[in-house]
Amino acid sequence: MAEHYSSFSRHGTGWLLQRLTAVFLIGVLAFHFMLLHFVNHAADVTFMGTQMRMQQLGYFVTMIAFLVTATFHGVNGVYNALVNQGLAGTQRTVVKWSLVAASVALVLQGIRVAFAMTGSPIL
Amino acid sequence: MSQSYDRGLVEDFGRWRDFSAGMWAWVFHKFTGWVLIGYLFTHIAVLSTAIPAAGGDPSIYTNTLQGLEDLLVVRFLEVGLLAVAVFHILNGIRLLFVDLGVGLTAQDKSFYASLVLTGAIVVASIPTFLVGQL
Repeated sequence: MAEHYSSFSRHGTGWLLQRLTAVFLIGVLAFHFMLLHFVNHAADVTFMGTQMRMQQLGYFVTMIAFLVTATFHGVNGVYNALVNQGLAGTQRTVVKWSLVAASVALVLQGIRVAFAMTGSPIL
Repeated sequence: MSQSYDRGLVEDFGRWRDFSAGMWAWVFHKFTGWVLIGYLFTHIAVLSTAIPAAGGDPSIYTNTLQGLEDLLVVRFLEVGLLAVAVFHILNGIRLLFVDLGVGLTAQDKSFYASLVLTGAIVVASIPTFLVGQL
């Protein structure tokens, strides 16, 4: 058995970004769950309450960062899982760009939703 | 210096009886990851009711969210989502340590600890999630 195993420096940017987004998401996902299930109960959520939270700049920026990092981490994770299953060649290229398109659509819709939640909708 | 370890083909789920703790951790991390990314797309779809709400009808957002929360099955699904998220977070922390080469000799124990801690947090959270429903 190896005395020390490390996969650091043996992979590309995607590998590193997956870890960096993981570190960010550990904190923000836990915060999101705590705030919207334990501090404010999910059953009591109203548009006015959401608007009050989203009108705070720090909270708004955190939620946008949450959306972008979660989308990258999740979709890149799906792509990695499919590659592990043996996805290759043309199929891999098609799946990769389909996932990129789905990610862009999700982030754009998420940003629309975030602005709407401030009470100042765009588009 | 790194050294490769022949774990066999984890992707061959037919040999699940032979899986070690680390391989189960891998399977659970993938499964919970698929659930979470699926939920993210669903979550943004539901929250999109904020768009017509901001256009002048805030009740469409409030009624949609509160209407979902009125359903017992949704409350149970949320407990499931919590379990999935907590395990993914705890096992994710374990994986970051594994990547850094920290605590490798205890990687099986840290997986069991992730499972036990997930169970404890979820059980302790059930009253909060089901309040008003039972």
